[in-house]
Amino acid sequence: MPKFIPNNVDRRKRVPMREQDAAARTKNFDEVTLGYDEKEAQNEAKRCLKCESPACIEGCPVGIDIPKFVNEIANGKFDEAAKTLKDKNNLPAICGRVCPQESQCEKLCILGMKWKPLAIGRLERFAADHEKAVTKADIKPNGKKVAVVGSGPAGLTAAADLAKKGYSVTIFESLHKPGGVLVYGIPEFRLPKAIVEREVEYVKGLGVDIKLDHVIGKTIDIDDLFKDGYSAVFVGSGAGLPSFMGIPGESLNGVYSANEFLTRVNLMKAYLFPEYDTPVKRGKNVAVVGGGNVAMDAARTAKRLGAEHVYLIYRRGEEEMPARREELEHAKEEGIELKLLMNPTKIIGDEQRQVKAIECICMELGEPDESGRLSPVCKEGSETTLEVDIVIISIGTAPNPLIVRTTPGLKTGKHGVIDVDGYSFMTSREGVFAGGDIVSGAATVISAMGQAKEAAKAIDDYLKDKNTTGP
Amino acid sequence: MYRIVSKKCIADNTTQYEVEAPDVARKAKPGQFVVVRVDEKGERIPLTIADFSREKGTVTIVALSVGKTTKMMASLNEGDRILDVAGPLGNPAEIIENGTVVCIGGGLGIAPAYPIARELKARGNKVISIIGARSASLLFWEDRMKEVSDELHVVTDDGSKGRKGFAVHPLMDLINNGVKIDRVIIIGSTIMMKVTSEATRPHGIKTIVSLNPIMVDGTGMCGSCRVTVGGKMKFACVDGPEFDGHQVDFDELLARLKTYAAEEKTSNETYAHQVEGVPLCLSSSRTT
Repeated sequence: MPKFIPNNVDRRKRVPMREQDAAARTKNFDEVTLGYDEKEAQNEAKRCLKCESPACIEGCPVGIDIPKFVNEIANGKFDEAAKTLKDKNNLPAICGRVCPQESQCEKLCILGMKWKPLAIGRLERFAADHEKAVTKADIKPNGKKVAVVGSGPAGLTAAADLAKKGYSVTIFESLHKPGGVLVYGIPEFRLPKAIVEREVEYVKGLGVDIKLDHVIGKTIDIDDLFKDGYSAVFVGSGAGLPSFMGIPGESLNGVYSANEFLTRVNLMKAYLFPEYDTPVKRGKNVAVVGGGNVAMDAARTAKRLGAEHVYLIYRRGEEEMPARREELEHAKEEGIELKLLMNPTKIIGDEQRQVKAIECICMELGEPDESGRLSPVCKEGSETTLEVDIVIISIGTAPNPLIVRTTPGLKTGKHGVIDVDGYSFMTSREGVFAGGDIVSGAATVISAMGQAKEAAKAIDDYLKDKNTTGP
Repeated sequence: MYRIVSKKCIADNTTQYEVEAPDVARKAKPGQFVVVRVDEKGERIPLTIADFSREKGTVTIVALSVGKTTKMMASLNEGDRILDVAGPLGNPAEIIENGTVVCIGGGLGIAPAYPIARELKARGNKVISIIGARSASLLFWEDRMKEVSDELHVVTDDGSKGRKGFAVHPLMDLINNGVKIDRVIIIGSTIMMKVTSEATRPHGIKTIVSLNPIMVDGTGMCGSCRVTVGGKMKFACVDGPEFDGHQVDFDELLARLKTYAAEEKTSNETYAHQVEGVPLCLSSSRTT
């Protein structure tokens, strides 16, 4: 790495990224943030200090050579920058948008000690979006077949890495579109589906075959895959099972899991009903329960569907919210009303069993719990009622049990996650590997990708080893 | 894409489709369903598997053309393709052995009742079937049901065929005549399943219903199909679709089925306008 050279750049200020105005964007589903242009990207890239031992790389779950691609942007070598990204990250346009960089690479950026850290995520997005030709890798087929279950962040990553190593990879996806949570969960205004399609095309371009409408555990089970000649299976089926609160009124009309609400709007495009056939209820007053990124997505989606008031009900304080600050700020700018330190106790319906209100109890923060966050405690007799016509429950998801139920010998841990060996990502079934939310419980896109990368490497090691030692 | 191998109208607005879906056919069992999406802008809807052939690699589904999706399906011809057919989903029907089972199919419910009755018969049960519809023009598969049943009762609301009345009437006669019944399986409209389940409750006869709530993915991901059974929340797509009829909160299900009544009307009206002049499937054009 070259030594620090002054380059007439004011390193104190981060180049801002243009955004759609808050008032305008709540009336459309177009992307909120608009990205850098070439000049903005180069100016931001020039802020990089080119540290001799760059800490940022340590913060990246997939180990991107950050200083290298940033330097390439600074020098106007945009296609090279995209190649550097794709060496380690198969889905950079997605990660540039949805990674929590502030708690990963950017958190460790030395610039951040005094000023704002380098906008690594924005630069990643720029390079990925800017790439003209779809990068192709030079692949030598090794004649072995690997099956990947699920085409979300984990599945796409494992598939791409294995394809690059020469394996013939088939992804089995239960839905009619590839992408998993990237297409059913994350809204268009945060991650345009055209971007996801482009990244999927790249993975397909590596020779990966994607079979849609194939529900593993139903259409085909894991044992069938081995019979069909696959030497190993990677399970990246995610945490798709929605949790409900177990309070009265959760089955009233107008109550959604965040998964259902977002799937209707994102995957099925219910915001374009009746041009698209799938409907979704548009509320005047909407309550979203939860404080994570999914809750933010649901709240902002409800606003875009025309809600006058969207209340975000969360049982702790703003500080304790697990959502990214950027998402929370965007939500507040769009007029989402925070109802903090409140916890729903029941949902009240009318005689048609349609939601008309949600009753909550006020909370106060007590001792820290096992996650280190202050645990909320009910304040007796503090019930209040909010008049709402839609309630969206976004308190987390659990792993889908379909695969575990139909795969004998697959061991599970707490909350139904699949148990894997910490190093090899192999499950209790030989040749079956797993990674992403199905292993860790609901987490982030990038952590799923990080695990999938390790698992792909482990699968390669396992199959090479098996080859030399015989069956 | 899934090719329609054959298509025929078997009753008023009721179409039988045989669809090429080898992977689904390979695993299908009585009581399971598929999720279908007709075109790129289409909705995902669950349809019960009425029959399957592992040799031919096909599944048979029977649909009543009431909503936009099923009307669009009815407008397709043999050789045309359905965009998505995912399955087989849900748990297979629980099949007991060497007992006496009353198998009730109401209206469109006759279709999924058929493979269950056939399997029950194959496992040594005495199968007493009751099929019913509002009127004769909506009845179908009487011959098929007869083949797999030891006894077949036919009822219509208006008496245009068989006995005048509801499926519950022959059932009550069987009970009152002292027939020893091990199990009753009811598949039909939600209100029919609710009423018919009540007939067996006082006699303590195990009664299974197959629920058809609104679904999106059909794999346990969205919770749209949640039903309350025995006071607990269940997802019909992965925990069902069969449940104990005496434990199901039918009133909740009836209300939930109406969630999108207004939107369904909009869709239907828009579609009717688009295809104005295209005649819908009429019973006079029946081919069987």
